[in-house]
Amino acid sequence: MLTTPTFGLGLRKPHYADFLDGETPVPVDFVEVISENFMVAGGRPLDVLRRVRARHPVALHGVSMSLGSADGVDADYLRRLRALVDAIEPLFVSDHLSWSRIGGFNAHDLLPLPYTAEALDVVCANIDRAQTALGRTMLIENPSSYLSLPGEMAEWEFLAAICARTGCDLLLDVNNIFVSASNHGFDARAYLAGIPAARVRQIHLAGHSQGADLLIDTHDRPVPTSVWSLYEAALNRLGPVATMIERDDDIPPLTDLLAELDMARSIAASRQVCAA
Amino acid sequence: MSLYALQHGIRNWLTTENPAVATQCGARAPAGLSVYLNTYRGQLLDCLAESYPITRQWLGDSAFTAAAAEHIDRRPPSSWTLDAYPEGFAATLDALWPDDAEVAELAQIEAALTAAFVGADADPVDPAGLAAVDWDRAVLHLVPTCTLLPVVTNAPAIWAALAAEETPPAAAPLPTPAHLAVWRTGFAPAFRTLAPTETKALRMAAAGATFAAICARLAADHGEAAAADMAGHMLAQWLADGLVMAIDG
Repeated sequence: MLTTPTFGLGLRKPHYADFLDGETPVPVDFVEVISENFMVAGGRPLDVLRRVRARHPVALHGVSMSLGSADGVDADYLRRLRALVDAIEPLFVSDHLSWSRIGGFNAHDLLPLPYTAEALDVVCANIDRAQTALGRTMLIENPSSYLSLPGEMAEWEFLAAICARTGCDLLLDVNNIFVSASNHGFDARAYLAGIPAARVRQIHLAGHSQGADLLIDTHDRPVPTSVWSLYEAALNRLGPVATMIERDDDIPPLTDLLAELDMARSIAASRQVCAA
Repeated sequence: MSLYALQHGIRNWLTTENPAVATQCGARAPAGLSVYLNTYRGQLLDCLAESYPITRQWLGDSAFTAAAAEHIDRRPPSSWTLDAYPEGFAATLDALWPDDAEVAELAQIEAALTAAFVGADADPVDPAGLAAVDWDRAVLHLVPTCTLLPVVTNAPAIWAALAAEETPPAAAPLPTPAHLAVWRTGFAPAFRTLAPTETKALRMAAAGATFAAICARLAADHGEAAAADMAGHMLAQWLADGLVMAIDG
């Protein structure tokens, strides 16, 4: 458990030069990268990551492990991720409570799971296999979802169960809670109350968009007021947690994202003052 | 419905828009399934467009997008990495434009350059160390990103012109089929069109033949006098290109 919070940003191509060329390091406590972008043999991507790693702790965040696949986790994927983990010595290794692959097909999307006992067995077996292959504890992120599949438990109960059974920790995406709560009509604060607070090691913040019928997790705009408010509620429940902002489209200058990160710092600081 | 059956049902929705799974997907299934379908197809379209900017320029946006949509229908992704998805696009282009071979060849060039971009690292050999080489026993080790790509059109010239934002030449067949060597020097992918003799020599080098064996083949094909000059020029070019990472012997 952190005694003081740390703050990071997602490392994206438009900001590579900012992170590599400045005389002083960018004022973040860590950066997060998409693991799959660097699970390659060599070339510029890995060189960039190695040089950023020399300046900052790095969190590896995956989108393709497919922990919810009924036919298991891909062995080649785990081997390549383990090689990256060994090379980078990351702060965290995370992926999503979702699936993307079945029977030789890979959707390259974070598809939803039914929160059933059968799915719990599948996810826990896959997390066990992944943690064994990686030799470390993973963080599992709650996804945004656009389908509410019939199940036997709430998403937060499912997350609590996988933590209890596998020893994994959680990456809590506050924007995803907001988006899914809006799409499926549950209470976001009840979600926060139901998760095992001591297992949350990292928080994601991001923006979303209004689609035709549903909120969409687009990461293409600043963190909205509604998500900042839920972040404050999350910190009240969780205490200090490593927090980072994701921005994957319409990426602004780094200074804009650093200003947003200052907002997170400000909220965390005010909560600490209140706690004192 | 089992988890396996549900996941196959969602797969069928994404790949064929078979709505059978909707009955298992809750009250607001149509809206949610549409979001996932749009994301699935949109992401693959973006992946192909970003992987083949020159091919896209050559075909035009409309024709490229139609070809990409056809490819997504024909070939759903299977690898864990989205980087692998563009690999088969040239075959789709070849099927769609069977009389315009330069289209598929442009895509093959772009795919080979992309593969070289993230291929295994290797420093080129330092020419200063060549004085000690025993050339009768020498074996050249090529950088791991080096590949040979067959071409029958002037696609390399089209690619080079478009990449330089110049007016490309009209598509035309080459006088004789050729090969491109594609590799990475530093962090920059590169390619060069090879004469048939150089293709044969580079293939021998890639297969582990000694430099003496390559020279012997050149002598058999072109005569002793020409072979020495040809071998010397080729070696110098390969060293200058950064194609050789080590020489044993």
